[in-house]
Amino acid sequence: MNNSSIASARPRTLAEKVWDAHLVKKGEDGTPDLIYIDLHLVHEVTSPQAFDGLRMAGRPVRRPDLTIATEDHNTPTLAIDKPIADLTSRTQIETLRRNAAEFGIRLHSLGDKEQGIVHVVGPQLGLTQPGITVVCGDSHTSTHGAFGAMAFGIGTSEVEHVMATQTLPLKAFKTMAINVEGTLRPGVTAKDIILAVIAKIGTGGGQGYVLEYRGSAIRALSMDGRMTICNMSIEAGARAGMVAPDQTTFDYLEGRAHAPEGDDWTTAVEYWRTLATDEGAEFDAEVFIDADALEPFVTWGTNPGQGVSLSENVPDPAAIEDQHERAAAERALEYMDLEAGTPLKDIRVDAVFMGSCTNSRIEDLRAFASIIEGRQKAEGVRVMVVPGSARVRLEAEAEGLDKVFEAFGAEWRFAGCSMCLGMNPDQLAPGERCASTSNRNFEGRQGKGGRTHLVSPLVAAATAIRGTLSSPWDLQTEGEAR
Amino acid sequence: MEKFTTVTGIAAPLRRSNVDTDQIIPAVFLKRVTKTGFDDALFYAWRQDPEFILNQEAYQGARVLIAGPDFGTGSSREHAVWALRDFGFDVVISSRFGDIFRGNSGKQGLLAAQVAYEDVERLWEVIEAEPGIAVTVDLVARTVSVGTLTVSFDIDDYTRWRLLEGLDDIGLTLRDEAAIAEFETHREAWRPKTLPIREPAESGTL
Ligand code: SF4
Repeated sequence: MNNSSIASARPRTLAEKVWDAHLVKKGEDGTPDLIYIDLHLVHEVTSPQAFDGLRMAGRPVRRPDLTIATEDHNTPTLAIDKPIADLTSRTQIETLRRNAAEFGIRLHSLGDKEQGIVHVVGPQLGLTQPGITVVCGDSHTSTHGAFGAMAFGIGTSEVEHVMATQTLPLKAFKTMAINVEGTLRPGVTAKDIILAVIAKIGTGGGQGYVLEYRGSAIRALSMDGRMTICNMSIEAGARAGMVAPDQTTFDYLEGRAHAPEGDDWTTAVEYWRTLATDEGAEFDAEVFIDADALEPFVTWGTNPGQGVSLSENVPDPAAIEDQHERAAAERALEYMDLEAGTPLKDIRVDAVFMGSCTNSRIEDLRAFASIIEGRQKAEGVRVMVVPGSARVRLEAEAEGLDKVFEAFGAEWRFAGCSMCLGMNPDQLAPGERCASTSNRNFEGRQGKGGRTHLVSPLVAAATAIRGTLSSPWDLQTEGEAR
Repeated sequence: MEKFTTVTGIAAPLRRSNVDTDQIIPAVFLKRVTKTGFDDALFYAWRQDPEFILNQEAYQGARVLIAGPDFGTGSSREHAVWALRDFGFDVVISSRFGDIFRGNSGKQGLLAAQVAYEDVERLWEVIEAEPGIAVTVDLVARTVSVGTLTVSFDIDDYTRWRLLEGLDDIGLTLRDEAAIAEFETHREAWRPKTLPIREPAESGTL
């Protein structure tokens, strides 16, 4: 297709194919390639200064029809019909509304049924498609790679650049294959795969790479699960994560609002089928993960690479060879108020956060509901369930999931980033400990002094029931299996 | 953007690895809609501690930050770069940078100089032996010098050239406007468009 015909018959990876098909101009003498951008997602936090830049230079947005905006980071998840109480948050949202109107950009505002976390909105509208390039001023843009798109986060200067030119000057990324072979045991999910990958390669292990997740365990995942995995590619330091499109991808897309229709659909699927990495194509690096051996995973520290199986103990920094990692582990344990050797399952939590662009799609909510249904949350634990988008919320309510959450004692909120980063009032108090289905356990991420353990929706649910970090397996050993 | 050639000034040793952008600037400060005025937000949590390196007398007015490996990982927030710039930094030195952070730096005239880890250690040692000593970062020669110690740093040629020339990326790309327009003429019509808005089919997911 397109420019890809320029490329030779040399076997290529999925990432190379998408790259080649978007080459506006090949770089020479160390200058970067100029890459065309198919889809630009915009939210309120990283865009105001970019719009300002355009205004100052008298430049329009080149392709409003390839751009879409939503409000997510600052939006409240309660009383969404009232004006936003926090003045700076309100200003930022109002600024986006003014900018979208001025530059002719489609915007889904709070209260609109397509509003939600930018990485949940793109896929559910069918805008995220195989083989396209997607950018957003947000590092978790890697989520969209689950469709076989080349999707990556950019800074505000680049946001302005894409608005003005619909392109980005980029140096080709290196490629890394993450092979996950085998079958996940019940209770083990996509989240556990990606936490295990990050623990294995480290938070810097993916730097400069596009990760391609491959193997039977990945093929067996739903689109929602693949998005969970690609979402956290950035936590391994990677620019992007990708999964080759297959029938699961096509089935997900067919009939979505912005998916191709009729003959276009046939043409598109035919093209999408060509995107898989060729037999014999070479990756710059390869990693192998045994899916059969995976257990529910949890982080104990303050970066997403500091994770272990939930059945283990808090690790002893003294046993870590690398001096930086040892120092980081010591600091992390201090911040997390944990002692080496403590069984992770003995750790009590104050809060459970079920949400974020990692795990807030309908399947995640269903998984969480399947564990808690008919039970009561542990005494003293605050449980918040925040759907990724207004549409996910409606869908969950149509299935009666909201009733399950409420009967359990959880708070059922409106859509947004919420306690993933605490830019709105949803925050941890200093010292509070949270089992969170989000993607970052950085110091203070969920509120100043807050302590985060990253977990899957199933682990979040079991933890909410028992009050200590737990997996569905622990419920079974107590004879509480259903 | 101003042209960047050499910087001479105080260097602050930040003996921490994995300094993610949430530490450089917490999310609460991202609500602002301007590009400046972020100096108070830099390393906000750490600066509450009077002993924190940037609170120490000797390092007031520092222009060079020398950090441990994996500086600027995590979120894409360019605010991290703006905050460093606002605070007065022209150069950050580390043995490894987060990719997006490095890209953002180059666009805001902040030099992200990659130095071998052993050299970071040597720089720290010299500086800590004489806090407040002047350090010179030379982008032309790609070196960092302090006292009798000179180490070299890595930066990709393209970013270096742009920093040296003080060039604006958008202006550069717009020189290729014709190539962009040409590319658009043969982009497949079925590729996704956000406009006009299409309503999901009733039989769809909802
Ligand atoms: S949910 Fe969290 S990680 Fe995802 S876009 Fe929002 S703030 Fe970023």
